[in-house]
Amino acid sequence: MGTSLDVLSHEMVPDHQIMDGEEVTNLLATYHISLEQLPKMYHDDPAVKAIGGDVGNVIRITRDSRTAGRAEAYRLVVKRPKK
Amino acid sequence: MTSPKRVGRIEFGLFSPKEIRKMSVRKIIWADTYDDDGFPYPQGLMDLNLGVIDPGLRCKTCDQKAADCPGHFGHIELAKPVIHVGYTRLIRKLLRVSCRSCSRLLMTAEEVEKIIGPEDSELAGELVSEKDIKKERVCPHCGEQQLKINFEKPTTFSEVFVEDGRKVEHKLTPADIRARLEKIPDDDLRALGVNPDVARPEWTILTVLPVPPVTMRPSIILENGQRSEDDLTHKLVDIIRINQRFKENQDAGAPQLIIEDLWELLQYHVTTYLDNEVAGCPPARHRSGRPLKTLSQRLKGKEGRFRGSLSGKRVNFSARTVISPDPNLSIGEVGIPLAITNEMTLPIRVTPFNIDELRQYVLNGPERPTIKSPCGANYAIRPDNRRMRLSDANLETVAEMIEPGWTVERQLKANDIVLFNRQPSLHRMSIMAHRVVVMDGKTFRLNPAVCPPYNADFDGDEMNLHIPQTEEARAEAEILVSVQSNILSPRTGGPIIGGIHDHISGIFLLTHTVRHFSKEETLYLTQHLPIEHLPEPDRLDDDGKPLWTNKQVFSLVLPDDLNMLFQASSCQNCETCKREMCENDAFVRVVNGNLITGTIDKKGIGAFDGQILHRIIRQHGMKRAARFIDDVTKLSIRGIMLEGFSFGIDDEDLTKTEYGQIDEVLNGALSDVERRIKIYNEGQLEPMPGRTLEETLEMQIMQVLGKARDRTGEIAGRHLGMDNSAVVMAVSGARGSMLNLTQMAGCLGQQSVRGERIMRGYEDRTLPHFRRNERGAEAHGFITNSYKSGLSPTEFFFHAIGGREGLVDTAVRTSQSGYLQRRMINALQDLKVAYDGTVRTTGGRIIQFCYGEDGTDPGKSSYGSPVDVKGIIESVLKQEVK
Repeated sequence: MGTSLDVLSHEMVPDHQIMDGEEVTNLLATYHISLEQLPKMYHDDPAVKAIGGDVGNVIRITRDSRTAGRAEAYRLVVKRPKK
Repeated sequence: MTSPKRVGRIEFGLFSPKEIRKMSVRKIIWADTYDDDGFPYPQGLMDLNLGVIDPGLRCKTCDQKAADCPGHFGHIELAKPVIHVGYTRLIRKLLRVSCRSCSRLLMTAEEVEKIIGPEDSELAGELVSEKDIKKERVCPHCGEQQLKINFEKPTTFSEVFVEDGRKVEHKLTPADIRARLEKIPDDDLRALGVNPDVARPEWTILTVLPVPPVTMRPSIILENGQRSEDDLTHKLVDIIRINQRFKENQDAGAPQLIIEDLWELLQYHVTTYLDNEVAGCPPARHRSGRPLKTLSQRLKGKEGRFRGSLSGKRVNFSARTVISPDPNLSIGEVGIPLAITNEMTLPIRVTPFNIDELRQYVLNGPERPTIKSPCGANYAIRPDNRRMRLSDANLETVAEMIEPGWTVERQLKANDIVLFNRQPSLHRMSIMAHRVVVMDGKTFRLNPAVCPPYNADFDGDEMNLHIPQTEEARAEAEILVSVQSNILSPRTGGPIIGGIHDHISGIFLLTHTVRHFSKEETLYLTQHLPIEHLPEPDRLDDDGKPLWTNKQVFSLVLPDDLNMLFQASSCQNCETCKREMCENDAFVRVVNGNLITGTIDKKGIGAFDGQILHRIIRQHGMKRAARFIDDVTKLSIRGIMLEGFSFGIDDEDLTKTEYGQIDEVLNGALSDVERRIKIYNEGQLEPMPGRTLEETLEMQIMQVLGKARDRTGEIAGRHLGMDNSAVVMAVSGARGSMLNLTQMAGCLGQQSVRGERIMRGYEDRTLPHFRRNERGAEAHGFITNSYKSGLSPTEFFFHAIGGREGLVDTAVRTSQSGYLQRRMINALQDLKVAYDGTVRTTGGRIIQFCYGEDGTDPGKSSYGSPVDVKGIIESVLKQEVK
């Protein structure tokens, strides 16, 4: 269906990476949180689809930051509720 | 005391008629309230079972007195069911998705499953909506042809069917609707997102009306002894009356038409009782014509229960009055009138260590005669929490009685910490903690240097004062909220408190170029400063008397080890900076706390961008910075008083030569405009890329006229030099700009609406003074006159048009940004930075993994960056760094 667009190569889309189980465990331990307390993103987010993420994955997003130079954020992929 | 419990979940549902009857303590049948003796009618709206409001009486239900009885619900049995207005949307939806005959969902089980998904799937939770059902289909369960349901605000439902090719509407009575809703199966409701265990849909049609307790609709007794009932009571009286009449007519077998009329009337009264602002329904009114405040109105909006009574309330221990300036106060102080300090108190617990002091306060009593007198006390609270008002009669007895365990409410006295606030409280610096100075007069006094954070002026502004009542609150106020700790704004990371207006003019006049002061003058300037010795004089005058330079005087307020270099506000941004040799003396150089060259002005000490202030905060801390502001403001006021500073109409005078030049420039511009119009009319105008001919012409005209105005400004500016007060204010950054001066002395220039010349008005012209389709400068709002020379009638009108646009813009902006801010605060108010640097909600959910991504508190930063590298290097190397 038409041309496809790789959103990941757009300059405004930051780097997305799926974290493996151990990394997630470490992350949750560092912040003393449960999986539910992570920020969320939808399973149909274009960047999630592009890297093949699925519901339950935790994604590491590495952004350029105006204050810190480079900043990491972590988001849990959840199913998008309809309406 | 019971231990705190955690709220597990909250369930929202509807009251069933059964529950309403069960919680009711009394069936109400009489519309009357009180009999002739002022005693409530039994089974009337003020029945003693519903709770009591009159002191002395006891509640018949709980046997408690007026203060303790929480009130109890009663009920009214309605003659026929009526619709609850709050649920008309739900009713409409349910009628449209259910069969008119068998009341089942108009979908087969498979269709439902397709939308909802497999029953035991974790991700289930989709609901069937109105849109999923095709209009006017046949019921898949009983084969009944469905009809279109029409809904007319506020509460009328009708079915539409076609008869002889014409559309006929058939009204559904609430009883019909109720019968249909009753039959909807529980499982179908679950698919629609209604939990039938707590909210059966037929409960949205009222058959029984709960009567709220009298405690939530108390009657008040007016001065003339008459009783005045609450709006809710009035409405309930109406409902009972109509209900009664309805019943009588029904029992007498009245014709259908009358019954329907009464039914509708009952529906109207119940509707307005619940919500008196429903669309399509005239509001019920009081005898005086005022619309009644019924249930929904009590909850809704700014003054409603949620925003007005629960989120925000009126408070005690607060005061409000007009503010006025007092430059002799420190920025951390606030002057409070004696009358207020005598009235306001703070509780002090009696201990063996302070009992003598507190006893003295009690003996001093509640009347403090002068601001010098020691403070007294207004109340003493016994260990059993009984409050004793102190008066001259009982001072000595109470003073004898107090012992550890008592609390004395002593009056406000000097050096107490109080919170000071000016609305609108748009940022955290709108509330700051000050120290009390008791003063005569009737206004709050504050140092004008703290006006910028409050955005206060003295044209009649009022401010509020709050007294922290506990030791913790006072400690918190001092550490977190004090003026000192708020000099740096968390918005920019720069100072927000500093010199304003006259402070800047004054320090500019004092430090501009190098001048010498005699000993008398020097002492006059420095008499308010906390210094012990004058520095070595710069030189001796012809009589051998010592002279000090103005820069030396200013250096007295600087910390000894300050090293800075920066360009003052008066810097002209020359192409090559002559640095120390600057002819405007705009290159500021401070070495070891001595001002070597440069003028101190807005860039140096002003609020918002005081660089010296910022540096002192970074290197010497808030306390030194606060002292610097106090010193520099006092010094600058002396500086301005030494010479005097005023502005009058003749300060706008120019000489004949300048007026001639200005006329020349303006006439040249006007004829230039005429010439361009002529070119346009002849069709010779070359359009600019992407513009029409008209746009091109307009842009050219705007440009020519703009340039002309600037030229007049330059001409005026050449004549008005540093001896002109307005120029001093503009150059130093104290107030106003050269543009303001241009408009006063030179020419007002083009008036505009939405950035364009004024085009509106009459047909093809702005005013009848001009010819139709005239394009000239004067015809579209160019003002050649200045404020000094005065505006012609047409110019005045154009000026008013332009001015009005400005006013409208500000009004719109404030209301829009206010609403935006309200929404933003509601969204962000509970977030906090946790100890590990993450930003979290109250539930511990992470919003940001590191506050601001670098974990820097902007209020403790240097314009956003954690370290002021330039400042550190400058103070070490004592010279400029690129």
